[in-house]
Amino acid sequence: MPVNKIYETCDRAVADVSDGATIMIGGFGSFGGLPIRLIVALAKQGAKNLTIIANQGGVGFELSKRIKPGGYQDIGILVQNGQVKKFIGSVPALGGMPPTSPIETYHREGKIEIELVPQGTLAERIRAGAGGLGGFYTPTGVGTPVESGKEKRVISGREYLLEFPLTADFALIKAHKADTLGNLVYRGTARCFNPPMAMAAKITIVEVDQLVQVGELNPETVVTPHLFVSRIVEVPR
Amino acid sequence: MKMRLDEETIALRAAKEFEDGMVVNLGYGMPGLCANFIPEGRTIFFQSENGVLGYGPLLTDEEKDYELINASDQPVTHLPGMCFFDSAVSFDMIRGGHIDVVILGAYQVSEKGDLANWGRPGRPATGMGGGMDLALGGKKLMVMMLHTTKEGGPRIVRQCTFPLTARNCVKKIFTDIAVIDVTKQGLVLREVAPAWTAEEVQALTEAKLIIGEDLKEIEL
Repeated sequence: MPVNKIYETCDRAVADVSDGATIMIGGFGSFGGLPIRLIVALAKQGAKNLTIIANQGGVGFELSKRIKPGGYQDIGILVQNGQVKKFIGSVPALGGMPPTSPIETYHREGKIEIELVPQGTLAERIRAGAGGLGGFYTPTGVGTPVESGKEKRVISGREYLLEFPLTADFALIKAHKADTLGNLVYRGTARCFNPPMAMAAKITIVEVDQLVQVGELNPETVVTPHLFVSRIVEVPR
Repeated sequence: MKMRLDEETIALRAAKEFEDGMVVNLGYGMPGLCANFIPEGRTIFFQSENGVLGYGPLLTDEEKDYELINASDQPVTHLPGMCFFDSAVSFDMIRGGHIDVVILGAYQVSEKGDLANWGRPGRPATGMGGGMDLALGGKKLMVMMLHTTKEGGPRIVRQCTFPLTARNCVKKIFTDIAVIDVTKQGLVLREVAPAWTAEEVQALTEAKLIIGEDLKEIEL
């Protein structure tokens, strides 16, 4: 019998996240692909001094009401909850006029550290971590503030920067369907950072719209193979 | 005050560069408008870095599906032949030179084609998103921007003072008063907005402009 990966609630699925953990959170921006129920559960669980690896840092509930009537939840709630020590990503805060995103406020007050990573480099660092690579050379960031402190190498006449892999203790991701083994399929642009992050963490926790029995997913369409998935929570839409 | 082009009209002019069958990535903000001005009879495949190729126009009704969005978080429509992929594959497309045209917004462009489009002084927490990869990965990078700042200062400058996105990357600039090519010789003024003269455009441009031999009014 394969191990049972099904968790009844998001609260139980994130119960053992410890203080100081490094956590990848899937998605792209504030909509589509963000495992929002798992994020809310983590906010409730309350683990502190977290390092969060995600594409965007979220806008928080107050600012979200200006973007969408009624507002919405995103990674900003973890920041406002004082749980985040460091953020690694490509858009920690939105660049518009104040009111500012929570990370920008906390960063200004010296309460949060930011590692700014170009989006393509972020995706590739996660893929490198997932695939056991020691790093890679990318042309992205040459001649910009991103190159600071990095090894530079000329390959075939072009300058490249050495970038190192990213891995995590936990990945919180969102998929459309899982079978009970943990094979995953995604929907639309909600795929984004979820598949590479699913592969780069010690424990990958997935929030799915629908859980199906083994054999119900067409093996030709599985995007994330089950061996990368540790825990599954069904949250019907 | 002379009339300047509005954002839709700048997008209309920029979109005339799209050739049939091209793969195009439109950056955050103003460039997104280009999707509404595809020249008639041409098929353009829009790629968005969040993982979609071949999406249709922006959705305006209430039936928004936030699992089909572009990189500006705007819901877009399904088109036959559309496909999805993850962020790592998306940036293989971008960094690997598989996108024909990229159009980005800009705070500043230098006379050498350096681009600054993500960070402003005093805002260290705002990020570059996919801008750095897009700026150097596309086969041709074009920029859509307002010619001057809100205060009337130049944005097309000798040297960028804002944090760089990438060096020597911009090939063409569309503004509300001009179309400018970035060449090895320098910035060449190709087109001016109706009723504007080359001298007037130069007066609002810090970098030196070379007047194109075939200088004309912006064609719309």
